[in-house]
Amino acid sequence: MALDLVPIWTVILAVSVFMYVLLDGFDLGVGILFPFAPDEAARDTMMASVAPVWDGNETWLVMGGIGMFTAFPTAFAIIFPALYFPVLAMLLGLVFRGVAFEFRPTARSSSVHWGRAFFLGSLIATFAQGCILGKFVLGFEVSGRQFAGSAFDWVHPFVIAVGVGLVFGYALLGSTWVVMKTEGALHDWARAKARIALFGVLAFIVMVSVWTPLMHEHIARRWFSWPNMLWLSPVPAVTALLAIWLWRSLKRGNDVAPFIAAMGLFFMCYSGLAVSLFPYIVPHTITLWEAAGAPQAQAFLLIGTLFLIPIIFTYTGWSYWVFRGKVRGDASYH
Amino acid sequence: MELDPVFLSRIQFAFLIAFHFLLPAFTIGLASYIAVLEGLYLWTRRPAYLRISAFWVKVFAVSFGMGVVSGIVMPFQFGTNWSRYSEVTAAVVAPLMGYEALTAFFLEAAFLGILLFGRRLVPQWAHFASAVIVAAGTLFSAFWILAANSWMQTPAGFEIVNGQFIPTSWMSVIFNPSFPFRLVHTVVAVYLTTAFTVIGVAAWYLRRDRHVEEAKIMIGMGVMLASVLVPAQVVLGDLHGLNTLRHQPTKLAAMEAIWESGPDQPAVLFAIPDAAAETNRFEISIPKLASFYLTHDWNGHVEGLKAAPRQERPPVTPVFFAFRTMVGMWLIMLGMTLWSWVLLGRRKLYSCRAFLRVAVWTIPVGYIAVTAGWITTEVGRQPWVVYRHLRTAEAVTPSLSGADVMASLVLYGLVYAVIFGAGVYYLVRLVQRGLPDDLPVLRLDHRPARPLSAATSEE
Repeated sequence: MALDLVPIWTVILAVSVFMYVLLDGFDLGVGILFPFAPDEAARDTMMASVAPVWDGNETWLVMGGIGMFTAFPTAFAIIFPALYFPVLAMLLGLVFRGVAFEFRPTARSSSVHWGRAFFLGSLIATFAQGCILGKFVLGFEVSGRQFAGSAFDWVHPFVIAVGVGLVFGYALLGSTWVVMKTEGALHDWARAKARIALFGVLAFIVMVSVWTPLMHEHIARRWFSWPNMLWLSPVPAVTALLAIWLWRSLKRGNDVAPFIAAMGLFFMCYSGLAVSLFPYIVPHTITLWEAAGAPQAQAFLLIGTLFLIPIIFTYTGWSYWVFRGKVRGDASYH
Repeated sequence: MELDPVFLSRIQFAFLIAFHFLLPAFTIGLASYIAVLEGLYLWTRRPAYLRISAFWVKVFAVSFGMGVVSGIVMPFQFGTNWSRYSEVTAAVVAPLMGYEALTAFFLEAAFLGILLFGRRLVPQWAHFASAVIVAAGTLFSAFWILAANSWMQTPAGFEIVNGQFIPTSWMSVIFNPSFPFRLVHTVVAVYLTTAFTVIGVAAWYLRRDRHVEEAKIMIGMGVMLASVLVPAQVVLGDLHGLNTLRHQPTKLAAMEAIWESGPDQPAVLFAIPDAAAETNRFEISIPKLASFYLTHDWNGHVEGLKAAPRQERPPVTPVFFAFRTMVGMWLIMLGMTLWSWVLLGRRKLYSCRAFLRVAVWTIPVGYIAVTAGWITTEVGRQPWVVYRHLRTAEAVTPSLSGADVMASLVLYGLVYAVIFGAGVYYLVRLVQRGLPDDLPVLRLDHRPARPLSAATSEE
């Protein structure tokens, strides 16, 4: 074989999924916080803060899905059947909350229902994504190159727990986003909610960090054998420092620092996950290389990806720049 | 009753894609229309163009939002319900979908934000450029997704290695035999769908003496587009049909309900095809006409359904009637276009009450036509998912039970009933509220108050 494209596709897939988690994470988080907001005007402001960017954020989900379809088709054909119902719940949740962006302001008398749809859709989509993540860590029953389990294999306490954990995680991203984008009472409200979310997130980080190595001996070996323990010690250390920074910046009332720290926490968790699961793409049976698709397909899409991703980052960045700064809540329309 | 996961998965995919496609059928054309209106305003500074554009941008926001969410569902269907298909065709199909995401989705999403919310934040030329980019994005999307679909209809540029479709020439994969025809035929169809929607909405306003200046512009522009594209579509459709005859003769035989191969084929106007008896009941036909329009020779030889073994024939009845429905819708469009020219000659296009009333009724015509067209081509491809290489029954996810798919199908059905019901209701409401009285606020020198939701921001 001429050139092994698996490493670069691994990076592209990892980046796409992480971009999705960060970006749709904060706008899903805004949806999760929606019913707890002080009043309808605050909800208008919260929704307005994500309305121009949510569909671009969700495009990373499509990119991740299709990246896996192209580069690791065997994994695509095993993981999605195994996650039939969580994926269904995620998609239906995303449908509801997506249309709520347009329906809620268009509806007048029934706008409160679309506010609820926005909340429930965000909550269900997030919980389902957490279940997908949990099942991913738990592993899949594989026979040959096919999924050999049933569509209900994902029902497991660990999977449900990760689902709940991700709800807190996205609520943390969402609340720190609102801290950054708003002022006054809403800003203060979001700061208070971010602290609650942070507690939840830390509890789940500890729980998953203990539970995962207990379930999988090879993961325990990776983290707790010498000298790995030394090399990997920055992961928990940096995570702890970020949590402290996040807590303090919320206390001080900083605008931007909490959001950055929350993204940092997600990055550390994601890295920890990568350390645990590498080199598997279908944990804990099929490796990235075993699941790799035809090099012709990987090469063909790679050309476009390497050329277009920097352009996409540029204009997406420009779009965020256009909508930068505080969203003011004084111009209510309903 | 035993629930068949293959049949239910087919129903689910057909249901999801049919409802999804109603949105692009409208928004591809509407994006181009908005770009033209924004350009005309920049050029002429005539306020009516800006008011029309601001109105359609609101409608676009709601439709496009529905298109995005129902579109995100689609690629995941390949993984959840069609995992065997995914695994064996990934090397060919997945990169095409990847290019759709890279060249279209990101582009549309980023510049849609500017188009909807950015009028006050960016210079006017940048807003116009965003409208053009969004329109281009919708067309790029059509390009890649139709390339993938066409490859499944007329696969080319690949070899089969260990049961996997492996590309040998990307040019042949993308520009497979049916792709150019399908692309042009589809894009013209969706432009016509938009044109008749715009004409219908404007006619509704004219009947009520609302927005008279703007409604006349909309009808005028719509009629101009239809005058070019309605005649063009019959030529393009004919070329596409000839392409189908060449590459998928069984599908064409099903469209025409032709059972026996031979010369002097009649054009079947109406019949109830009977697949078991391999014949038509209650047939009304015109002798030799099908030979003429299919081979451009009155005595031309056309292959019938019986040329293919029974297990390689598509279900004839849905293909036959869907094709006739599509052509019937085209005839209605043709009638409306000719009528508009007659009225134009008498200077009564904007005042003929009967025309305006019928124009409102013909809003659904384009949507019915594109749906019928898709049913024709997709059901006509059966029993294959990749024509003559992979059977639909072999493409489904092996681990799925019929009950699994039944459950998801019911849930999708319920959710889509709510979403599409509400969507149509809100779109009608937006039309009833009408065009904005004032011009949209353009960019000011200071930072704006807040980005507002697109559907209300310009009220």
